[in-house]
Amino acid sequence: MYKYDQYDQQMVDTRVAEFRDQVRRRLSGELTEEQFRPLRLQNGLYLQLHAYMLRVAVPYGTLNSEQMRMLGDIADKYDRGYGHFTTRQNIQYNWIKLEDTPDILADLSTVEMHAIQTSGNCIRNISSDQFAGAAADEVIDPRPYAELLRQWSSFHPEFLTLPRKFKIAVIASETDRAAMKLHDIGIKMVRNDAGEIGAQFYAGGGMGRTPMIAPMIREFVPLDQLITYAEACLRVYNRYGRRDNKYKARIKILVHELGKEEYTRQVEEEFAHLLTQGIEPPLAELERIGAYFQDPPFEIGLADDLDLSDPDFRLWVERNCHAHKAPGYISATVSLKPVGGIPGDASADQIRLMADLGKEYSFDEMRVTHAQNIVFPHVRKADLYALWRKLDAADLGTANIDTVGDIIACPGLDYCSLANARSIPVAQKISERFAAQEKQDALGEMKLKISGCINACGHHHAGHIGILGVDRKGVENYQLLLGGSEAADTSLGQITGPGFDENGIVDAVEKVADVYLREKQGEERFLDTYRRLGMAPFKEALYG
Amino acid sequence: MKILTGNDLKTGAVTWWDGESWSLHVDDAVDVGEGGADIIAREEAARRVFAAYVIDGVQTDEGVRPAHIKDRIRALGPTVRPDLTLKPADPEALNWVI
Amino acid sequence: MVEVQFRFREDEAVNDPAVTVDAFAEQTNATAVRIEPGDDARALLPHLDRIALVEVNFPAWTDGRGYSSARVLREAGYAGEIRAVGDVVIDMLSHLKRCGFDAFAPAHPLDPEDAQAAFDRWDNVYQATGDGRKPIWALRHGV
Repeated sequence: MYKYDQYDQQMVDTRVAEFRDQVRRRLSGELTEEQFRPLRLQNGLYLQLHAYMLRVAVPYGTLNSEQMRMLGDIADKYDRGYGHFTTRQNIQYNWIKLEDTPDILADLSTVEMHAIQTSGNCIRNISSDQFAGAAADEVIDPRPYAELLRQWSSFHPEFLTLPRKFKIAVIASETDRAAMKLHDIGIKMVRNDAGEIGAQFYAGGGMGRTPMIAPMIREFVPLDQLITYAEACLRVYNRYGRRDNKYKARIKILVHELGKEEYTRQVEEEFAHLLTQGIEPPLAELERIGAYFQDPPFEIGLADDLDLSDPDFRLWVERNCHAHKAPGYISATVSLKPVGGIPGDASADQIRLMADLGKEYSFDEMRVTHAQNIVFPHVRKADLYALWRKLDAADLGTANIDTVGDIIACPGLDYCSLANARSIPVAQKISERFAAQEKQDALGEMKLKISGCINACGHHHAGHIGILGVDRKGVENYQLLLGGSEAADTSLGQITGPGFDENGIVDAVEKVADVYLREKQGEERFLDTYRRLGMAPFKEALYG
Repeated sequence: MKILTGNDLKTGAVTWWDGESWSLHVDDAVDVGEGGADIIAREEAARRVFAAYVIDGVQTDEGVRPAHIKDRIRALGPTVRPDLTLKPADPEALNWVI
Repeated sequence: MVEVQFRFREDEAVNDPAVTVDAFAEQTNATAVRIEPGDDARALLPHLDRIALVEVNFPAWTDGRGYSSARVLREAGYAGEIRAVGDVVIDMLSHLKRCGFDAFAPAHPLDPEDAQAAFDRWDNVYQATGDGRKPIWALRHGV
């Protein structure tokens, strides 16, 4: 994985010094809260319900064991012994003190980590496929391009005060594991007919209160024009994105209001101009970065079979493991969704254990997934059983990836100052209701996503089953959506009808599941059945 | 009653105006009547609090109860981690929130 | 008129009254223009040869359209003064400079020491923005 050189390290160290100075000016009264707020947000520091919250960037979700261990140590030293992995492959801490923050950033910088642009109206952490560099189905490892974009977007002077936040995802396989089309810019690395690698650009996707699927705006951007094209996309957005209404300020509204053709025309015009400006790094820079993402030294000639005689292990392999490109290896996902647990939370001890196991079993490399789980990308099949035993002993061995128990949930009203309703208790109750293995088996792939407000951090629009918490006269109420997907077949869920109370929504999910089990044909997934039948039978069961 | 809440500038901790200073405990909150805005302006300028606002509350036999669930969660702590709330040993505390 | 607090030019400062972008095309004797956030800086490109001063107004520092306005002008070859006016704060200074601003007239004067620290903050930069600084990728590869 990528390693900082003296320049990268200096940039992060400079940011630590800058933020230390900003905190000093805030505490001394030189800065009011109104002035300080945008500055602290650009360093990932929020005010939430109970305290400050710090979001630490995990660029494209990749981290090594030293970094993972630091995340655990920070949880102990500065927080309350746990962290929360997020849908943008980052980690956040809920109980941070302002006066500690510069020291936390300084600690992070010792392991090449930071909180740069993890919030604020700027280009955020760039997300990617959690199986990058390991998946059997990828065209190329997307992370060198994500790293190139990370450096370009870090402290980009023109784009630090955009109309609104800006999220970019980079993938490189037909199977979309990063919700690429639901980003402000989605990039898919592709190979053209001539065999060259290039970038396919999608723009104007997003969730929030106005969910949109990004249309493709360019089929192929050559690698030596990638940054220039991204800069053109951003400049058009910075100049013309709406600033009169924060709810209409995302690029998706601009693309929607101009139309894809007109936005694309403006980008192309700007792009043609910028090509004359010499802003593109040389291809040698991509090669330099790419060298850090070479395959680890996989052993040749390993046996490709697994002893699946332990039924619990067998289930975990079926549910949580993914095909690897190298014979004898496999990618394993650690579920942070134990039955009744808090989705995405991990204790400091669990984080440190994962750090140790990543070093021992996965070439010192781990990934955070957008579904709030952790991946060991390169595990020898011969070691898989030992790894699983150690994970299971630490309550990290739950076998439920992409099933109804693998719920994405935002922090909701238990932590978040924007939330209207709690998300976590609903996730806990649903995972308990469906805890029985036979139930999960019968339901198969069923992606359930819960947001505690319309901002959609829990991706409810994109859940096969989505739940949206709302505030109805001071009482929590939950709307149900069906039919969303954030995979390659991206679609947006539709609301079933009137909402439910906390227990009612759990019953409602079960009724939906029952309709599916009654109506499913062959190997059809829930989503396929819904797409075939439409809303009617589900509505009938819910409200009939 | 009208009560005042905000966050401690240095630590971010949720605090309540007790008539003289800022307390961690909602039961210490006092009725500020119409005077909330002035207290906020003065206290924020002195950097003893930030993000302060006035909310409705009710004086009950058990203490002060903020009208909205969001402020009750702020007063206690996350309902999903009773161990991290201000009343980790009180199983009834969660019922007070909801 | 608000004082120019920081200026990075050798030439004599121009202090002609700045007219709006809309008026500038008609007022053929005008030499100074003021760009508001919603204005299109490209409208000035036919007139660059008679512009001696561009003021870019920031009614609120969190509205970043002025950064693009400055770059559009610099990329078109404008070499005169670009002055940031309005809600100009310490933490913007180095970024403004990178986008082509070379004079700063904050509505509220800034602490000179903090401002100097901000201008000097970044020894290196990741992007090429036409300000003459070599980006890190150029240093890495000697280009």
